Amino acid sequence: MNYTPIIGLEVHVQLLTKTKIFCGCPNKFNPEHPNTQTCPVCLGMPGSLPVMNEEAFRLSLITALALNCEIAPFTKWDRKQYYYPDLPKGYQISQYDLPFSHSGWLEATTAEGDLRKVRIRRAHLEEDAGKNIHDESGRGGDSQVDLNRAGTPLLEIVTEPDIRSAVESKSFLEELYLLLTFIGVSDCNMQEGSLRCDANVNLKFDDGIATPIVEVKNLNTFRGVEAAVDFEIQRQLDEFQKTGRKLGDPGVEKETRGWDAQRNITLAQRGKEEAADYRYFPDPDLLPVTVSAHVVAEIKSHLCEPPSQRKRRFQKEMALSEYDADVIVNRGREFADYFELVASTCDDAKQAANWVTQDVLREMNDRRLNVEEFPIGAEVLGTVLKRVSEKTITIKSAREVFVALLEDADEDREVTVSRVDHLIDDRGLKVVSDTGALDAAIAAAVAESPKAVEDFNAGKQQAVGAIIGKVMKQVRGADPKQVREQIIAHLSGN
Amino acid sequence: MSLAELTVTELIDRLVNGTTTNVEIVKAVLERIREVEGAVNAFITVRPEDELLAEAKAYDDKRQAGEAIGPLQGLPIAIKDSICTKGLLTTAASKMLGEFVPPFDATVIARIRQADGILLGKTNTDEFSMGSTTENSAFGVTRNPRNLDYVPGGSSGGSAAAVAAGEAPIALGADTGGSVRQPAAYCGIVGLKPTYGRISRFGLIAYASSLDQIGVCSRDVADAFLMLSVIAGHDPHDSTSLGTPVPTFPKKADSASLRVGVPDEYFGAGLDDEVRAAIQRTLDLMKGQGHTVVPISLPNSKYSLPTYYIIATAEASSNLARYDGVQYGHRTSQPGGLIDMVTNSRTEAFGDEVKRRIMLGNYVLSGGYHDQYYLKACKVRRLIADDFSRAFEQCDVIVHPIAPSAAFRLGEKTGDPLTMYLTDIYSVTANLAGLPALTLPCGTTKDGLPIGVQVVAATEQEETLCRASLAIEKLLREE
Repeated sequence: MNYTPIIGLEVHVQLLTKTKIFCGCPNKFNPEHPNTQTCPVCLGMPGSLPVMNEEAFRLSLITALALNCEIAPFTKWDRKQYYYPDLPKGYQISQYDLPFSHSGWLEATTAEGDLRKVRIRRAHLEEDAGKNIHDESGRGGDSQVDLNRAGTPLLEIVTEPDIRSAVESKSFLEELYLLLTFIGVSDCNMQEGSLRCDANVNLKFDDGIATPIVEVKNLNTFRGVEAAVDFEIQRQLDEFQKTGRKLGDPGVEKETRGWDAQRNITLAQRGKEEAADYRYFPDPDLLPVTVSAHVVAEIKSHLCEPPSQRKRRFQKEMALSEYDADVIVNRGREFADYFELVASTCDDAKQAANWVTQDVLREMNDRRLNVEEFPIGAEVLGTVLKRVSEKTITIKSAREVFVALLEDADEDREVTVSRVDHLIDDRGLKVVSDTGALDAAIAAAVAESPKAVEDFNAGKQQAVGAIIGKVMKQVRGADPKQVREQIIAHLSGN
Repeated sequence: MSLAELTVTELIDRLVNGTTTNVEIVKAVLERIREVEGAVNAFITVRPEDELLAEAKAYDDKRQAGEAIGPLQGLPIAIKDSICTKGLLTTAASKMLGEFVPPFDATVIARIRQADGILLGKTNTDEFSMGSTTENSAFGVTRNPRNLDYVPGGSSGGSAAAVAAGEAPIALGADTGGSVRQPAAYCGIVGLKPTYGRISRFGLIAYASSLDQIGVCSRDVADAFLMLSVIAGHDPHDSTSLGTPVPTFPKKADSASLRVGVPDEYFGAGLDDEVRAAIQRTLDLMKGQGHTVVPISLPNSKYSLPTYYIIATAEASSNLARYDGVQYGHRTSQPGGLIDMVTNSRTEAFGDEVKRRIMLGNYVLSGGYHDQYYLKACKVRRLIADDFSRAFEQCDVIVHPIAPSAAFRLGEKTGDPLTMYLTDIYSVTANLAGLPALTLPCGTTKDGLPIGVQVVAATEQEETLCRASLAIEKLLREE
């Protein structure tokens, strides 16, 4: 029977604030020094009280608006209550029934290569928990708790179950990653847990019957999301064929499974029937937050162009290939900005794209630099390429200038726009259109190369190469193709 | 009269005019503690004598040298043991925090230190402030200094008893449902709870966060407001603290006449006749002085007790979840797995009343009951507050009893939690509505037990509360 996977994602994103969400402790990944970024507030000491970090809320608003969400004019904080050693207060400050934003969307690419608007149900702000560290040696040592992470601002983004394949799940997460890094609200460092994902998966058969919903937790890589959803789809199909258990059957509850990235399988955790009653209620220690239309408009007006739109613009207005647009935009906002400035400076987007996706990226990778650190600024490179499009220099000369500029940087000389023209002049790279000078150089080179002339006359066309070399040495800006033609004409007695 | 019995204002006068010293005052207070503490048990911790005397001497030296000293003039101050004091044991009268030494000061403590007060010690309370008699303490009951067979009230019974017994000139308490005002009334002193948010809660070990407010136990009205002016004011560490400036309080009664609201609903069945008579006499005195008595109605106050016990226990169940034996506080010697560790630690370290309220609170917040209990209570709370807002359109202050009777005997109600909860019937409304309220002594029963009268003002109107309280205090003294 035909089936459709029904997938919704819950993504947790740590926000890039200087300090934690409810206290002044630094918000920094620091597992080497456990419990050093703590204070009475994030330790949950008796008598301590939370105070909301305005910057965390502002970053949340930016994110929600970038996800096309509605912003609630009134939002509040709720306590989600459960016991766990990494949760110092015995409750997490979160948002329950009045999240600050809802009803947005983000586009993902389907398995068929089409775009799909995945609806965002809600995004809310909460505090992260600490981390339990267990003795993994198997010797049964004490478990330890590191509360450096406790109180890190965490944005939870929940999609509607609009996703239909593992590939699409991965695409959604990649799009989200790109958007979040573009707007600068998170570093989305997945190794450090800044971006974490859970997936709700089940299958719907054509006759309307569906498999029980499973929440797969601990998806901390793009590949992990794809692999876990793929695995879960197959597992549910097998399970259904074996047992026939379906959604809505008595005793069938939502199941929680964990993704084991080593073994590439999902493993049963706890059933929903054992799940806690979180006893949510409004946190009396914090005031509700009101957000004015003015603030929303203000943030909206400063939102940057989202990456998906930018890719489309690069293709439509700048005639880039989809591949080039992807490479450039996926590299991040700064890189895309760099490209745009190169392109506008040289007025040749295609050439700019070739250079930044090849020469610039190669050098950045070799030198382990990000684009902000790259020594050849966008205007400098743009000027080099402008000289090419003006036909002042050849592409080959442009490469020479590019290398020379990098040498400048390596030797701590300033790499400026004016330096480009100096290098062209110093190295005589200007294309020579003065035929008199070229004729003279050819005549001289021919006169100096009797052997080559003899060989040429004997039918060896490639003998011309030696003469071309001599000419090019004299007239560096000459176009080798043109030089070759003129030498042959000269030798053929024309 | 012993130095141990003077008001703060009187002590400051004597310090400033040189007729006494801080060392003499601390010695007198410590002497009194030695005499009565064995019977009263007002304190959980009294700081070491040598430390106290050294601090007192430092203030005497400063004054001698002509240096400026803050408004508390080096006087010793007793602090309820639910308020965090850096480096000084803070137990909330619970075995759970029996060895807890906070690494930080509550905002009020920082302000007291800044104002040159000396921390004398930490006073007994019902465990986590849950109780009306100070009988629910892991550190023994406190007795009423007026009659040792009687309860001092609670939960700030230690603070009230200390001030009443001369063991401290003034004390901080905390008031969630009457916990400063009721023990002050039972012990025959003044108890002040300001508007919710007037005093920072940062460092106050939470019982019910939306109701908790630090307050003052003192020997007269002026002292209470003197202390309030030191500790009140916005605190960036408490999101619920008021942003408005603290008013300047009058020190003496003036002749301005007041409209005094008297709510019919607070004088019905269940009110002790002697209490009713004492308050009626107070109202008559006010009328005689030219104040107007206005009958008012607070119809939703009849729901105040269940509303209070639902909201307070809901918040308490959450606030006390942090005591899990993981990071600080009591940890069981039988940890087993995680669930056993948390369960056993809490079972061993919490007293019965605390457990009762945690269970009640979890029940009213649990799935399926949340709306019919917790949410309903929040709505009724709003209605109660609205009643007060309407009433204050007709009057400047409201006067009514603080408790249905004067203090009762130790152990008299401990077997019956519901009867015990009923003693809070007149005190919880000011917390539910967040209003400033004060009790002051207005008579004694034939058994010689103090009777208190309660004065309530509109939100943030502590200045009016002060003026009215000074006026009533003057009338009662002149009587």
